[in-house]
Amino acid sequence: MLTIKNLEVSIDDKVILKKFNLEVKPGEVHAIMGPNGSGKSTLANVIAGREGYEVLQGDISYKGKSILEDTPEERAREGIFLGFQYPVEIPGVSITNFLKTAVNEVRKHKGLEPMPAAEFLTLLKEKKKIVEMHATLASRSVNQGFSGGEKKKNEIFQMAVLQPELAILDETDSGLDIDALRIVANGINSLKNKDNATVVITHYQRLLDYIVPDFVHVLFDGRIVKTGGKELALELEEKGYDWIKEEVEM
Amino acid sequence: MLKKNIYDIYRAHQNQLLDGFPEHVKQLKKTAFDAFQKNGFPHNRLEKWRHTDLSKVLDHDFECYFEPEKKHIDIEKIFQCELPEMDTYTVIQYNGWFLSRYSDLSKLDNGVIIGSLNQAFKDYPDIVQAHFGKYTDINSSAMQALNTAFAQDGIFIYVPDNVVVEKPIQIINILDAPHNAFVQPRNLFVVGDNSALTLVHCDHSLEHKLSLINSLSEIYIGENSFVDHYKMQNKDADSTLLTTINAHVEAASTIAANALILNGGIIRNNINVKLNGPQAKADLKGLYLVDKHQHVDNQIFIHHAVPQCLSNQLYKGIIDDQAGAVFNGRILVDKDAQQTNAFQTNKNILLTDEANAYSQPQLEIYADDVKCSHGSTVGQLDPDAMFYLRSRGICEHSARMLLMYAFASEVVQTIAIDALKERLDNMVTKRLKGELSICDQCMLHCSEKAPDFLRMDIKPLV
Repeated sequence: MLTIKNLEVSIDDKVILKKFNLEVKPGEVHAIMGPNGSGKSTLANVIAGREGYEVLQGDISYKGKSILEDTPEERAREGIFLGFQYPVEIPGVSITNFLKTAVNEVRKHKGLEPMPAAEFLTLLKEKKKIVEMHATLASRSVNQGFSGGEKKKNEIFQMAVLQPELAILDETDSGLDIDALRIVANGINSLKNKDNATVVITHYQRLLDYIVPDFVHVLFDGRIVKTGGKELALELEEKGYDWIKEEVEM
Repeated sequence: MLKKNIYDIYRAHQNQLLDGFPEHVKQLKKTAFDAFQKNGFPHNRLEKWRHTDLSKVLDHDFECYFEPEKKHIDIEKIFQCELPEMDTYTVIQYNGWFLSRYSDLSKLDNGVIIGSLNQAFKDYPDIVQAHFGKYTDINSSAMQALNTAFAQDGIFIYVPDNVVVEKPIQIINILDAPHNAFVQPRNLFVVGDNSALTLVHCDHSLEHKLSLINSLSEIYIGENSFVDHYKMQNKDADSTLLTTINAHVEAASTIAANALILNGGIIRNNINVKLNGPQAKADLKGLYLVDKHQHVDNQIFIHHAVPQCLSNQLYKGIIDDQAGAVFNGRILVDKDAQQTNAFQTNKNILLTDEANAYSQPQLEIYADDVKCSHGSTVGQLDPDAMFYLRSRGICEHSARMLLMYAFASEVVQTIAIDALKERLDNMVTKRLKGELSICDQCMLHCSEKAPDFLRMDIKPLV
């Protein structure tokens, strides 16, 4: 589904990702872990198509086609979803209006008519339950005045409505208390099926107590230095990232 | 050119301009012309006019209208229906003159008087003379002086004590001239104690010539009253619109002024408010959406003359192409005006490198127990918000639209009358999409029979 080959990415002339490789198949959950500054968020942004990142080498292909030339909206319409580490506050745009626009633009891209209003509202109501979202939250402006937990719940809520095939979740666990973490993780798990894939980017192991990954990759200095099963995450938690650093430097 | 001819025009018509007015008003008008004559029309070398250039407009010749149109004007034919979901009293100003459909001045059952200012001088001299010219400083503004010198007619509204005027009064300013026209309407609105009035003011052109409008409205608000004023400006590119509101607000009263500026050549709105009694309040809001070579200038002056008053200013604009916007918000807090609250916000979004905005807050505070704040921003659409929206599948164009609409709606959403809010919201949406025609002007539904020039092509604001 997602193949990243030999990717080298720079921002402001500083090379962040180097010889980065990753292969994600439908139905899989991948965890990418790494210390601060290892390139985790760069990876998420470059897959989603954010401006300002320069791809110097290599390729990202999704469903067999290179997406490097595609705009963020084209990637989203093909089924890629980025859960933001810092969801943006957009005063004046209600969540409902925002999602209606998004859903209908994706439908238009697929040659479908806009979703009837009643059907859309039912969809929202149903998906709100997944993240235990307060009923009135959707009429508020996107992320404006939301707590850290509400912002992250809102990300998973959007994911639930848009039903992506590939979800890249960038530090979705940061800033969450234990209850919110459980809700968000349950949300992610309930959206999981054999045809979609999830890439969880995280600094800490604790999210992985809830979301069990098939693969754990350790990102260090812009490339994956170690790959293993879920037990690798526990090992990292126990020993810290210094252990990896030493291993890499040796 | 008007710049030079104005003196000859004045002299040639001085008798007409003074005719019928009481002696002290004649004197005021003469003094006003002297005040104007001292410096003539404003120019760029004056600090207050540094960013708004009238010189090109003033190089043209203009015709003035020194008497009301005599031929019969079938106004019902021009305007087939008014805002269907909103019940209003409609008054019409035709080339600056009050256009009488029934009578020049009507007194309603509740004592409210609506009609021609010229006629009011004759019929209600006590009310008019107590207020006319009292809130206007002819020495501080050449254009206000000129308006006073040339003032002949305009709308007069009087609301006695203890009357809430339920229906909004809609003032439609029509310019219908085969030549370049210079009109200077003069309005006077007097609202007594414990009363309320809603005014909806809009401008409309029927002939596509150069126009220069220099209007001045004086508003007196007695104690514990409320005046809600809406101004809609959706003019063609050959229009120059200079408007002034001078409001005098007594204790526990509120003036709310909302300006929605959607199109025009040069537009400059002055609002001067004097808060003259404790707990008086001024709530001023403006939204401007300009493109091409349009220019909009908002000059606000709030004078806190007594303690415990509140003023709020919120002005927002989106500026495209080579268009320009100026905001100057001056707040003066007198030495005795303790416990003043005065807030000001001006936000501008520039969509191109050539668009420009000048924002200048001016706070002069002589009291020490005061809460004042001001903030002004000039920037682009937030790139993080753009990426956020696009990452959900929303195309760049729609994302910009959503963000611009959100930016604009902060002003529109505060409108108190639902029917008007809906209508304006719709106009803003259409304007942003580039689908607004001059025919969508305020409450008028004349579009079925609109002349072609009114269907001018207005390109999208993106």
